[in-house]
Amino acid sequence: MLYKYNFEELALLLERGEVRSVDIADSFLKRIQNYDKKINSFITVDEEKLYLQAEESDARRKKGGELSRYDGIPIAVKDNICTKGIKTTCASKILENFIPPYNAAVYEKLKGSGFILLGKTNMDEFAMGSTTEASFFGPSKNPYNTEKVPGGSSGGSAAAVSANLAPAAIGSDTGGSIRQPAAFCGVTGIKPTYGRVSRYGLVAFASSLDQIGTFGNCVDDAALLLSVISGYDKRDSTSIDVEVDFHPEKLRDDLNEIVIGVPDEYFKGVSEDIRNNIEGKLKELEVNGAKIEKISLKYIDYAVPVYYLIATAEASSNLARYDGIRYGYRSDAASTLDELYSKTRSEGFGKEVKRRIMLGTFSLSSGYYDAYYLKALKGRTLIIEDFKKAFSKVDVIITPTTTTTAYNLGEMINDPLQMYMSDILTISANLAGIPGISIPAGLDREGLPIGLQIMGSHFREKKIFGLAAIIEKICEPIHPEI
Amino acid sequence: MEYEPVIGLEVHVQLNTKTKIFCSCSTKFGSEPNSQTCPVCLGLPGVLPVLNREALKKGILAGMALNSRISQYSKFDRKNYFYPDLPKAYQISQFDKPICEGGYVEIEANNKKKKIGITRLHLEEDAGKSIHSEDPARNISYVDLNRTGVPLAEIVSEPDIRSGDEAYEYLQKIKSLMKYIEASDCNMEEGSLRCDVNISIRKKGASEFGEKVEIKNLNSFKAVRSAINYEIERQTRMIQYGNKIHQETRLWDADKNETYGMRSKEDAHDYRYFPDPDLAPVILDSAFIDEVKKELPELPDEKRERFIAQYNLPQYDAGVLTSIKQLAQYFESVVEKGADPKKASNWIMSELLGKIDDAEKIDAFPVTAEMLAGLLKLIKNNTISGKIAKKVFDEMIKTGKDAETIVEEKGLKQVTDTAEIGSMIDRVIENNPKSVEDYKNGTKKALGFLVGQVMKESKGKANPQMVNEILVKKLN
Ligand SMILES: [Zn+2]
Repeated sequence: MLYKYNFEELALLLERGEVRSVDIADSFLKRIQNYDKKINSFITVDEEKLYLQAEESDARRKKGGELSRYDGIPIAVKDNICTKGIKTTCASKILENFIPPYNAAVYEKLKGSGFILLGKTNMDEFAMGSTTEASFFGPSKNPYNTEKVPGGSSGGSAAAVSANLAPAAIGSDTGGSIRQPAAFCGVTGIKPTYGRVSRYGLVAFASSLDQIGTFGNCVDDAALLLSVISGYDKRDSTSIDVEVDFHPEKLRDDLNEIVIGVPDEYFKGVSEDIRNNIEGKLKELEVNGAKIEKISLKYIDYAVPVYYLIATAEASSNLARYDGIRYGYRSDAASTLDELYSKTRSEGFGKEVKRRIMLGTFSLSSGYYDAYYLKALKGRTLIIEDFKKAFSKVDVIITPTTTTTAYNLGEMINDPLQMYMSDILTISANLAGIPGISIPAGLDREGLPIGLQIMGSHFREKKIFGLAAIIEKICEPIHPEI
Repeated sequence: MEYEPVIGLEVHVQLNTKTKIFCSCSTKFGSEPNSQTCPVCLGLPGVLPVLNREALKKGILAGMALNSRISQYSKFDRKNYFYPDLPKAYQISQFDKPICEGGYVEIEANNKKKKIGITRLHLEEDAGKSIHSEDPARNISYVDLNRTGVPLAEIVSEPDIRSGDEAYEYLQKIKSLMKYIEASDCNMEEGSLRCDVNISIRKKGASEFGEKVEIKNLNSFKAVRSAINYEIERQTRMIQYGNKIHQETRLWDADKNETYGMRSKEDAHDYRYFPDPDLAPVILDSAFIDEVKKELPELPDEKRERFIAQYNLPQYDAGVLTSIKQLAQYFESVVEKGADPKKASNWIMSELLGKIDDAEKIDAFPVTAEMLAGLLKLIKNNTISGKIAKKVFDEMIKTGKDAETIVEEKGLKQVTDTAEIGSMIDRVIENNPKSVEDYKNGTKKALGFLVGQVMKESKGKANPQMVNEILVKKLN
């Protein structure tokens, strides 16, 4: 039953000596062995290394002295975050056997706080996708209904936490890749402010949009884990030195002091069940003292095209290094250098990745740059201004996380445009660099989880977590049956 | 019809920082292949660049030495292309917002001063080195990434250069400036200075440009000059015979002394520049720029003018002495130790420079500035003659001893005793009656001969001026 506990409960058990880290690892490993054939949330679980880490933690605890409260708790990490000596594949054939010789800043921080690595989670290849179906290692399944996708691209992390295969997980969010799967799998997922968490060691998809964040089965766990991995890192020139002020103990907020903005635009095209649910929550908050204010975020229609131009442009350059020369997959059917490049990349990348590389290459090409990439940058500025204006009037913004609940497997895979459009409620936060969280708000008529999104101004994670913790209490708790 | 060449140079100067521009690997030349690499310069998945402030500072100093404007806002861009020695498949460079814009350097062409305009200076990272197996049967290429990420400043000139000689002078000037500010070693053999030439031909006085040809693979300043001279001739001939010049890249073949066209589709490149999202724009406040400016030393042109004014040296001599910072320093120390500036300059120009391979290494020369000042002092106070001094100088280089010791040890002190000189003269007069006769009959040349004989008698140690005076007195 250890797999059902949250961080505080596990920490207490460890502290009292009632359980060992090895017991916790064992509990999750058994779950994974029993259920992950069905869910496919992990790409790599190294049992030997896991037990070794757990034993080391137990030895540390036995020895006494100063120790993190969470020493020995296992965490799942998305497979686009470099872990030294452990395969980091980005769910791609091209990095199928890539073993990084260095640790991502985030993983160093986790280790520094005593957390141990449970395994590397499944994802859409190079984080490009919204369903985790674009994984070289096969799709992950939604723990609420295995005919449904878990969302993506951090679908493995979300599904693992949802199915209690991991107590919490690390993901990355470029256009909603944490919040959307969190919503689909009924867990809490936060994408912090751009610059809050070092990207050093996160395999880049779109550098100006990528941000690492956390998943938990409750707001406190997501907040705690985020507080561990946050902080300035001189190895990331875009990282920003701001106080980490959202440790769970400091979160309690007072609804009477909160002004919540609700943008009409974010409720258009949203399924009836989701709209009713979120509107219901807003009413309840109002009754309990929060001030609700209608606002307008009028550039939402530009968000999808702006996002897909910028993200693919950056991706086309970021993914150029996978050329078969130094590491990763190399085609053996090539006889010239040009062939080596084209065959390696044609064979090594999946369809969606290739589509995005081509889109991005096109929009950066001379003659098209001004009309596409440059225009997209201008659109991005408008969206940033839109939020700035909004946050001058309200503390936070509440919207649904997604327009629908989880799709059927295979439903989106052949309709990329439909899939791109489905990111509409989450990508603006990435374009503006602001934090956003998705928390489970209930189930729809099919029994699938509904996500409620809270967005805040730059570095106002504390405000977001505080409100999220209140909303968590007024929502019916949900659990998948697996 | 008269034609004129229009030439612009692109010079890549390697900035001599201890570490690379975006990671902390060493930039040392000549190490074991791939020994100076890390995840960042290897372009492994997930790594990020961090700008080396030292490289930025050196780039700014270089711009100041070129009289450029330092941009308060500049940024880094990605230049995308595939090549095995480019691990990220993009080079971080500066596209439309370079760190320095505008500027000029002054060169001397046909004894006249000429300004060559500078378009821009930008910072970028170097690529690695491909090494192709010498065994064609194996057909293997290797890549050495030690050089990947070494900081470069690319200096682009305006098309103001009109000849191979001007290009040569321009390169000398760039090298001199970069060495003065200690930004680069500018060693073409080690690749710390590289130069590409853009050259076209047009009717003299025309305002539009002809089709541009780029010349690469130039490995010395002389090669640049020869390649330009060759290309001017080739292009002029082509045009005279009614052929068109095509825009192309040509390579210099140093053995054959000619350029040849590259068979490649390189001109089809679209580098798809865009701002590097991993690096914030470089925003410099004027306080920082002023701070860097304080580190700018006196540059060769200023120093030359000062030498002319302060030491009363001829333009040419002042130019030679100030072309190398260490040499100028040496000269000034000799003067500081009491030598006459003119005499010191003459000695350095005519004696010293012929005996040293590399004037930059003058600090390691066995004759220190103080020792040279000592030698010049012995000439000045008539202890030795200028002729003897040359022998003493050679001995100083050989033994590292100071002039006084050598003069003492070898008994080279000048004879200034009137009686002693007088008796030597008497002997010479006695042994050369014919010449004495000639002198008395008005053949002035005979005096020189007799002085020479006295000097010989004294083994060169007699004071020539005294010999002259006493001899004349005795003959009359
Ligand atoms: Zn390095």
